[in-house]
Amino acid sequence: MSAPIVSLRGIAKSFGPIDVLHDINLEIRAGEVLCLLGDNGAGKSTLIKLLSGVHQPTSGEILMDGQPIRFGTPREAAELGIATVHQFGGTFPLMSIGRSFFVGVEPTKGWGPFRIFDRKTANAVAVKALQGFGITRITDGDRLVGGLSGGERQSLAIARAVHFGARVLILDEPTAALGVKQAAHVLRIVNEAKRRGLAVVFITHQVMHAMAVGDHFAVLIRGAVAADFRKGEKSREEITDLMAGGETMASLESSVEGEMAAHAGQARQVI
Amino acid sequence: MTDPTPRMSLGVVLRRPETGSFLGLATVFVFFWIFGGANFASPNGAASWLNVAASLGIIAIPIGLLMIAGELDISIGSMVPAGSMTCAILSGHFGLPIAVGIGAALALGAVVGLVNGLLVVKTAVPSFIVTLGTLFAVAGLLLGLAVIITGTTSVKLQAGPEAKFLLGHFIGGVFQVTIFWWIAAAAFWGFVLHYSKYGNWILAMGGDKVSARNAGIPTDRVTILLFMCSGMSAAFVGLSQAILYNSAQVSAGQSYIFNAIISVVVGGVLLTGGYGSIFGIVLGTLTFAIVNQGIYYTGFDANWASLIIGILLLVAVLMNNTFRKAALSYAPRKGART
Repeated sequence: MSAPIVSLRGIAKSFGPIDVLHDINLEIRAGEVLCLLGDNGAGKSTLIKLLSGVHQPTSGEILMDGQPIRFGTPREAAELGIATVHQFGGTFPLMSIGRSFFVGVEPTKGWGPFRIFDRKTANAVAVKALQGFGITRITDGDRLVGGLSGGERQSLAIARAVHFGARVLILDEPTAALGVKQAAHVLRIVNEAKRRGLAVVFITHQVMHAMAVGDHFAVLIRGAVAADFRKGEKSREEITDLMAGGETMASLESSVEGEMAAHAGQARQVI
Repeated sequence: MTDPTPRMSLGVVLRRPETGSFLGLATVFVFFWIFGGANFASPNGAASWLNVAASLGIIAIPIGLLMIAGELDISIGSMVPAGSMTCAILSGHFGLPIAVGIGAALALGAVVGLVNGLLVVKTAVPSFIVTLGTLFAVAGLLLGLAVIITGTTSVKLQAGPEAKFLLGHFIGGVFQVTIFWWIAAAAFWGFVLHYSKYGNWILAMGGDKVSARNAGIPTDRVTILLFMCSGMSAAFVGLSQAILYNSAQVSAGQSYIFNAIISVVVGGVLLTGGYGSIFGIVLGTLTFAIVNQGIYYTGFDANWASLIIGILLLVAVLMNNTFRKAALSYAPRKGART
């Protein structure tokens, strides 16, 4: 097993009086997919915001390549090679693929005040990067990002991060808004990123998607790591039960049924 | 805008942001040509709408850029008279060299733009509200100071021949020299928006400001600079009108607010930002000016012009939506969607 790129040691985060995360210990390694699982409100989003520099931990430390480090802003984290791709991938729907790929790092040609945006190069590089991730349908870098499918937009965002030297790729619910085929597509791209030696943090609450690509799993419950295990150590049912807060799905189902019965009774009384 | 790839298919044309505005311009031009007769298209007729388009266009372009970047500036309504009054008070009332008046008017535009930009960036209050505040503040300040300094709300200005030649004469007796300033402004901003990397920054800021900032774009600086440019452009139009008409009034600019916004929207700029072109804004400005002035060449009552402009605006917004959808769904091959 390779040395971790990023390690979290005893991370805690509170917003005023509210403790959102406590004592988080995790290791993120190159060529591995770490799946962060958890129900809504378990602290997944806060954890990735600590990793991507949006928030800073209240206590504990983040190590990068073994050295303590502080991500003051998203920019700093990005410069150190931590790229975050959000649910809808490309955020500039009305920009062309080539233009959005190079936002902030535009290639230019020409001289002095007449330096112009090198559209041809930008388009060619962007299309090549996309095709490297198996999106062969896209051949024209002038197409608008908004015209791509959800999976293609995710792929574009991931290809962009990889092109600009990301070492850690944080994917925030990349498959949540996608259909079955599109999701499979994104999972293939996650595998491709892993094959290229990136460390991937994959946030999801779809256990099937996590199991399809994950090497290492961490389940968050109420701001703490409730389980930390490797591929093959737990079954799908066990993971689902964990995510539901430690209770078994079976008991959850029975309580739902009990509640529905109670409400049905009330409804009858009202009528 | 030349397209390096030699494809001029219908799809390429349809997904350009200015297609809708070009059709709008062609429609109103043909309409007023038919109903306005030969006078409308004669040099005198063309001058009447080109002159209106030129002063409006110089302001509409930076307003359009602000809208593409996701902001709005309505303080231009006060900056036009502030520019002309500053120039007229310094160079007319006090008799200072015209260069001082011009420099001071432009500097005032830059300062008001800087205040607008700083307030928008630092407070995150919507720019409509911030510039609504500066619109009234500048108007009040102008009226108060003008009365204290000159005792009147209208100041005479007699500029020298050089200033007259550059900023305030009629070419061939009918075409205002501002038309050339408008062409220069369009060429400059067209280069910035479509060919320089800064254009990419402006488009990205309008698309998603947070992502743009995270991508390393100095969004605050770009926003402030754009506000300064719109303030200076409005002051420029004001001072050139003072030089042209040899006088300046305190209240002569509120109509620019809506006229500029209409020109920009008819020109295909998305109200929510992130999409638009300089060529489109130029076409939108021409369309507005043709309706505004063309009505006088027809037998219709001039009051109907506002009705036409209103309908035009609504049609433009609907058409722009259609063309934007066409742009989004454009694909070079009719491949199956994965």
